[in-house]
Amino acid sequence: MHPAPSVILFTALSGLGFGLLTWLGLGMPDVTGTVAFVFYFIGFALSGGGLIASTFHLGNPQRAIKAFTQWRTSWLSREAWLSLAALTVMGIYAVGQIFFGERLVLVGYVGASLSLITVFSTSMIYTQLKTVPRWNHPTTPMMFLMLSVSGGALLANQMDKAALLLLVSGALQVLTWHLGDGRFAQRGSTLESATGLGHMGKARQFEPPHTGTNYLLDEFVYVVGRKHSRNLRVIALLCMSIIPGLGLLLMPPPHNAALVFIVLHIAGLFASRWLFFAEAEHVVGLYYDKR
Amino acid sequence: MTQLPSSTTRKLGLVIDLDTCVGCHACVISCKGWNTENYGAPLSDMDAYGGDPSGTFLNRVHTYEMQPEQGGAAQTVHFPKSCLHCEDAPCVTVCPTGASYKRVEDGIVLVNESNCIGCGLCAWSCPYGARELDRAEGVMKKCTLCVDRIYNENLPEVDRIPSCVRTCPAGARSFGDLGDPDSDVSQLVAARGGYDLMPELGTKPVNKYLPPRPKDTTDAIDILAPFLEPVAEEATGFIGWLDRALDALPASPKKGSN
Repeated sequence: MHPAPSVILFTALSGLGFGLLTWLGLGMPDVTGTVAFVFYFIGFALSGGGLIASTFHLGNPQRAIKAFTQWRTSWLSREAWLSLAALTVMGIYAVGQIFFGERLVLVGYVGASLSLITVFSTSMIYTQLKTVPRWNHPTTPMMFLMLSVSGGALLANQMDKAALLLLVSGALQVLTWHLGDGRFAQRGSTLESATGLGHMGKARQFEPPHTGTNYLLDEFVYVVGRKHSRNLRVIALLCMSIIPGLGLLLMPPPHNAALVFIVLHIAGLFASRWLFFAEAEHVVGLYYDKR
Repeated sequence: MTQLPSSTTRKLGLVIDLDTCVGCHACVISCKGWNTENYGAPLSDMDAYGGDPSGTFLNRVHTYEMQPEQGGAAQTVHFPKSCLHCEDAPCVTVCPTGASYKRVEDGIVLVNESNCIGCGLCAWSCPYGARELDRAEGVMKKCTLCVDRIYNENLPEVDRIPSCVRTCPAGARSFGDLGDPDSDVSQLVAARGGYDLMPELGTKPVNKYLPPRPKDTTDAIDILAPFLEPVAEEATGFIGWLDRALDALPASPKKGSN
């Protein structure tokens, strides 16, 4: 799948933002006044900014408001509603903490839940696709939620929890890659089964349907840079989980290097999310005898 | 509305005969022509006369070479592919705006282009590559089963079928109601063992493909054949005498120089 920068930015940043809002909603940290303003500014900038970035890859972004209409069937539409609900509830909660020094506990819990459910709905947009076996698995929402919660903990200055969660999400990432690598083959679709011509023997593409490229090949048969995936996996794992996780665990507080860990985590997160798209193979590639 | 209808009155669709298709791409061109000049945004081309041309098409013809397991000559199969108007169309339910829908009256899957935001998710959900985002208009394009022809009373009756079916010079494409077991297309599917593409994905396609009929097997042509020794180096008999006689004439080239 083509790793569109706008979609990588959107899923990574909004996941981080909603993760931070989740921790703030749970009162960790319980902050008021200017300190609260800074935390909420970061939370809303990441989650809201991510959502805005997601409209950059639309063909007709001026009609994006119509995406609120089909929540009955569409995860993309549900995500639109849930993110709006999460940001509204967390906005009310934030006003209480910033301007009135008051923590509306129940509102915070509702906002935290909505923030997590929003991240879940984002992940379901990918998980629901039977056409992309690597994504079509429970590890996809688990991975999105774990990264959101662990990155959020890092931003929310919950360093003990962040250390543990970062290491757990690193382990989950390894498991996700391990299970995902063979899934396309496990599902069993081949050029022969896709064309229904397997009884005639082994199929080979003799002539492609078009001499140039097209939308399908650009969007679904993205192979550029896949050769670097091994290296990128190591970089993603080290930056995203292992270095910040172990660093926080081994370093005595106060965590002066926290900012470095945050920057490293985000860099690793981008690498992981790039791989999430670039390594995903769509079944339509079979018809082109390509993966 | 992106909820799928629980059932449709009719199931209009195509039956594509892989035995008959000659791979001429006439259906591709007539489809592009009709759907550029009629319903919806035109099917654009990018860099059409430049070095890297590409464009939006609703129908594509792949060509495969099938190599029998037990040896022998390979067979060529031309494989046209367009929207299969699935009964359980994943492209419809993923749409966030309601632009994609399946019609209750005839089962045709359409895109309301004025509601399409061009997010591309419907194309992601389609296993068949039937949907292409038009790069000029930013909206999703797909086969309409020529909904603007099949009910069009301004056209002669003979033309009230999809453009690809009307054009096919080999008669490899048939159009009709696949929900009616007595229709010509349903009987054709029953007689020839028509099948679904990628049934494992649960899309329940309406369009059916007819498998190529079994053919005589022939021995494979050895790819080294052109490099083999000719069977007869020297002509014998009457031809041999004629060859020598002609060689003896003054104007003939020196032996070995031809």
